[in-house]
Amino acid sequence: MSSTIASAQAGSRNATQAFDASGEPPVLRVKNLEVTYYTDSGRAKALDDVSFSLSAGEKMGMVGESGSGKSTMALAMMRMIKPPGRVEGGSVFIDDVDLMALDPKAMRQARLNKIAYIPQGAMNSLNPVMRIGSQMVDAIKSHAPSESRTAIQDRCMHALKSVDLDSSVFGMYAHELSGGMKQRVCIAIGVLLEPKVIIADEPTSALDVVTQRQVMETIDRVQDEINAAVILIGHDMGLMAQFVDKVGVMYAGRLVEVSTVRDMFTDPKHPYSQALISSLPNLDNKGVFQGIPGLAPSLLRLPSGCAFHPRCTKVMDTCPKVRPEVEYLPDGRMVICHLYDEETEH
Amino acid sequence: MSIKIIVKRLLFLVLVIWAASTIVFFVPRLSSRNAIRERFGELARTGGFSPGDLEKLIASMQQQFGLDKPLLEQYLQYLNNVIHLDFGYSLYKYPSTVTELISQALPWTIGLLLVTTIIAFVMGTLLGAVAAWPRAPGWLRAFATPFILLTGVPPVIMAILLVFFIGFRLKWLPLGSAYSVGVVPNWSWTFFFDLMAHQILPAFSLILGSVGAWVLSMRGMGITIQGEDYVNFAEHKGLTGGRIFRDYYLRNALLPQVTGLALALGTVVTSAVIVEGLFGLPGIGSLLNLAIRSNDFPTIYGIVLFITIAVATLMTVLEFVYPLLDPRIRNT
Repeated sequence: MSSTIASAQAGSRNATQAFDASGEPPVLRVKNLEVTYYTDSGRAKALDDVSFSLSAGEKMGMVGESGSGKSTMALAMMRMIKPPGRVEGGSVFIDDVDLMALDPKAMRQARLNKIAYIPQGAMNSLNPVMRIGSQMVDAIKSHAPSESRTAIQDRCMHALKSVDLDSSVFGMYAHELSGGMKQRVCIAIGVLLEPKVIIADEPTSALDVVTQRQVMETIDRVQDEINAAVILIGHDMGLMAQFVDKVGVMYAGRLVEVSTVRDMFTDPKHPYSQALISSLPNLDNKGVFQGIPGLAPSLLRLPSGCAFHPRCTKVMDTCPKVRPEVEYLPDGRMVICHLYDEETEH
Repeated sequence: MSIKIIVKRLLFLVLVIWAASTIVFFVPRLSSRNAIRERFGELARTGGFSPGDLEKLIASMQQQFGLDKPLLEQYLQYLNNVIHLDFGYSLYKYPSTVTELISQALPWTIGLLLVTTIIAFVMGTLLGAVAAWPRAPGWLRAFATPFILLTGVPPVIMAILLVFFIGFRLKWLPLGSAYSVGVVPNWSWTFFFDLMAHQILPAFSLILGSVGAWVLSMRGMGITIQGEDYVNFAEHKGLTGGRIFRDYYLRNALLPQVTGLALALGTVVTSAVIVEGLFGLPGIGSLLNLAIRSNDFPTIYGIVLFITIAVATLMTVLEFVYPLLDPRIRNT
């Protein structure tokens, strides 16, 4: 236990300086998080030195191609990376507790209670042979075994109500619900214990656009209610633009840019972010899509220096040689790109 | 479950039993053999009847068993008997009725086959479940491996090996038969222990031979289930490992096993023919074997129909139980 406190203090001393508009200390601080997968064909660094922080009530979108490390990041924060993967280092502070330093039992208690995960495949995330209610009750009971039956019941009903579901869902089975309803049940389970941090991993994939919007609004509303920090993982930049406060862009396991949503859409800094933004359909020049040339690199054989350099339109001499480091621009935005070396040198 | 579905299922059960009894009625008649003639021929060779008397005797017996009537009439009479669960007299063991023979043989088969099937099912299912569960300790998961290897050994070979080494070479256990010669069955501990000693080898050969199949099917199912989103989400919810294993993993992986168990219970008699024959146990399997060899069709009818009714009833019970295990198939 003493080591937890010691590392917690160490963590708070060098808290990330990343911007928090509110000025209050961030509720979530991820520092230098690293995950490696040990495969037969070599080591794959799926998450490379990822750091960011979030304040209570803030929403952050994480975008990037498939395999860029978004879901790995979410799993690493939950400490649910399975072999052959391993968290190699870093810390995940929620308030002053480093999740990475907790023993397995304390970590189990922290899940859902402090940090909740809303799964990617909500279609299959509910046990088909248990009633929805039992799946909510067992979640509460495993964290608050002494809570009375009526208190647990109230909690469940409240959570269902907050995601716009009828209380009759409590006694139903997963196969009796629609896709959108199942996703909402997952959200309801996620907020049961009012966690500080909620990670929603592509919560709207496999849903139609109307339902996508409803689900996003539901997340928005429950977040306001419990004032949690939310990380939203997804591909859909359009949906992100409407719901998040800031956007993180991931590429080949690195978080290459973090900007407010306005900055990201009007003035993206990293060339990869620029390419992502310009690949979005746009009413002004209909029909002309800008793709990003090339493919995402294999994590087993990353290009030298900056992993994006083979696909980058602004590649310079240093890019293939020197690995770019985290840079904070004068306006507080974070970017990992040699283009901004000079701006931050002084 | 609505009354309509229950009635439908029960009607289907009757239909299955009718179809089975019809097939069972006609198949032995396709043979040109005559059980009564064979039986008396056997007696004549040893006893010395005059051929004329013998023919008269056979004719009178044919009449008594109703075998001289037209086939259709015999069939209708037979169906009537089936409804009353009365299969008449055995041709081979004449004064005994088929019902008597079955009720004498049944306890042996149920005692050995039913018990070993259930033991093998429980063992195999648990071992298979643990073998596919990534969070189980390695030594526990390794337990399944020898049983999987043993699935390659046919139960007959297993039985012969056990009899040879443990019964014949080491002389630890009796070679066969239901109980020691000269012992009179009674309600005493001596008899009980003698009985059990005779059941160990057959039980072991049956269990060792069938656990592996349960392990394999459960492990296969378990590997699929442990990767399911709901198992992962259960861990994300912070549930304890034991609860995830029981409520999320085992409950779901168990469903096909239950179907398998019902099917296996149906084939219990098939394996009884071999094992009871090998160990000289007076069960249904031995009785069926004897009846087929002597073309004793009342007994064949009795046993086959008994099995059919047992399996069909079991299946119907399962259909009523299954919706309780899997809510997805309710109201279908």
